[in-house]
Amino acid sequence: MIDLKNLTIEKAHESLLKEEFSCRELAEEYLKVIKEKNSNLNAYLEIYNDVLSQADIAQDKFKNKTATMLTGIPFAIKDNILIEGQISSAGSKILENYKATYDSTVIKELKKEGAVFLGRTNMDEFAMGSSTQTSAYGVTRNSIDPSRVPGGSSGGSAAAVAADMALVSLGTETCGSVREPSAFCGLVGLKPTYGAVSREGIIAMGNSLDQVSPFGKNVRDTEIIFNALSKYDKDDSTSVPDNLRIKKIISNNSKKIGIPWHLFEEGVDPLIMENFKQSMEKFKNAGYEIVDIKLPYSKYSLAVYYIIMPAEVSTNLSRFDGIRYGFSSQGDNLLDVYKKSRGKGFGKEARRRILLGTYVLSHGYYDAYYNKAIKVREKIKGEILEAFKNVDLIITPTVPVLPFKLGEKMDDPVAMYLCDLFSAPANLAGVPSIALPSGKTKDGLPFSIQFMASHFNEEALFEIGKKFEEIK
Amino acid sequence: MEIKDVEKLAELARIELSNVEKKELLSDMEGILEYVKQIERVEVEDTKIQYDLYNVWREDKIEFQQFSHEKIVEQFPDSKDGFVKVKKIM
Repeated sequence: MIDLKNLTIEKAHESLLKEEFSCRELAEEYLKVIKEKNSNLNAYLEIYNDVLSQADIAQDKFKNKTATMLTGIPFAIKDNILIEGQISSAGSKILENYKATYDSTVIKELKKEGAVFLGRTNMDEFAMGSSTQTSAYGVTRNSIDPSRVPGGSSGGSAAAVAADMALVSLGTETCGSVREPSAFCGLVGLKPTYGAVSREGIIAMGNSLDQVSPFGKNVRDTEIIFNALSKYDKDDSTSVPDNLRIKKIISNNSKKIGIPWHLFEEGVDPLIMENFKQSMEKFKNAGYEIVDIKLPYSKYSLAVYYIIMPAEVSTNLSRFDGIRYGFSSQGDNLLDVYKKSRGKGFGKEARRRILLGTYVLSHGYYDAYYNKAIKVREKIKGEILEAFKNVDLIITPTVPVLPFKLGEKMDDPVAMYLCDLFSAPANLAGVPSIALPSGKTKDGLPFSIQFMASHFNEEALFEIGKKFEEIK
Repeated sequence: MEIKDVEKLAELARIELSNVEKKELLSDMEGILEYVKQIERVEVEDTKIQYDLYNVWREDKIEFQQFSHEKIVEQFPDSKDGFVKVKKIM
């Protein structure tokens, strides 16, 4: 019996080295938990049938002494990350039968290290949602309280780790899709600097925002995965070359944290506010200097996001046409096939965002919406970078609300979107951000705080995250 | 915004919608646009978009790829002799 609850990548690696258990035994242990819990939680859409043979290949690396830290580590993979020969449906009916024809770069990297992929996890359709309720394959439940949502869009990857159905997992973020489910499931989630991790082979939602992002039970696990995946990829034109991966801003005081209080004067659950203030006290007591900062443009982040993202969505999702791959509906002529395939293949939220994106990009509205939004985005980016000249880190609550009940917010898109109120600034500015568990309510629901750092300064996030694990 | 605007957008986006859905989408869109409209108030003066971005090019030469012609054809909903097959255009 392996103590999965307290297992970390480093502990597992050490045990594998000492032959306390084998890669196969570790994988079998997770498969056992999956068998027991997945029918209720629906974290995984599919468990791969080659898990044990992957584990045996990993074991060979231990035999011939080529094993690395991630060899034999069981991962859950979000359904929008391509693995050759496996279905990648992005939680959508329109890709229900799409088999990936190549490996995404992140999968190639993990395969090289001998990581073990247990299966693909449920997600909001095309990563559009904050609760994993827009998936074409049913909702995922939160293992802490199965009547509640796990957050989203990477809810399956979060629930899998939280319920010990995987040691770690990969999700993707466009605006909080890893940090928000981390908060709802009591995990650590890292959104890396835009351009740090390759997007090649990821089913895109908003190209100027998307990043592959790891989940773990602790900071160190996300750090190990980030270090393995953060590298230049010539196949992704937005991947940042090595010579440009420099921390542009280094302030003199490594213990200075900025709080933009004015951003969360209203709309935040009082319990969350109280927990946030308590967390602040802990940093103060540990010798950190806390200063009030103003980010006046960042107040508009979510509004800007809900113009830029649908614009990119409407362009991106035009490739799903019932002709080249995936679901296809019969029609009388080509146009008819397009309309019927897209009408039946896309779910409600995807259709909503495609139409919204088409609207903000259309003649007569382009200047008022899209053009204005990209200007405000520049302002947001500018003021955040300016803030990092004075402070090392910016802190906010991760999510303004606690995990809510299944079915809630489904009839009110704007209420759902507001879950990512504090996520948007990091994605719009391209800076890294980490969500950290910060305690529980008396009912056991998790609290979370999040830090942002300047571009390519993930190190500062890991450092403060580990510190918080000590002092919380 | 009116129903005919939703119809126009659906036409542009090549999505078939039922009448019920059109109404729902109209009400959703109005709610969302109401929310995002707050950016109208933001003063951005003559903000220049500081694109520190540049095009990334590569030589157009054949390189080894993991995917093959066969694997891609297998994904077509309909194909003939290794080509994608589509319905008549008109």
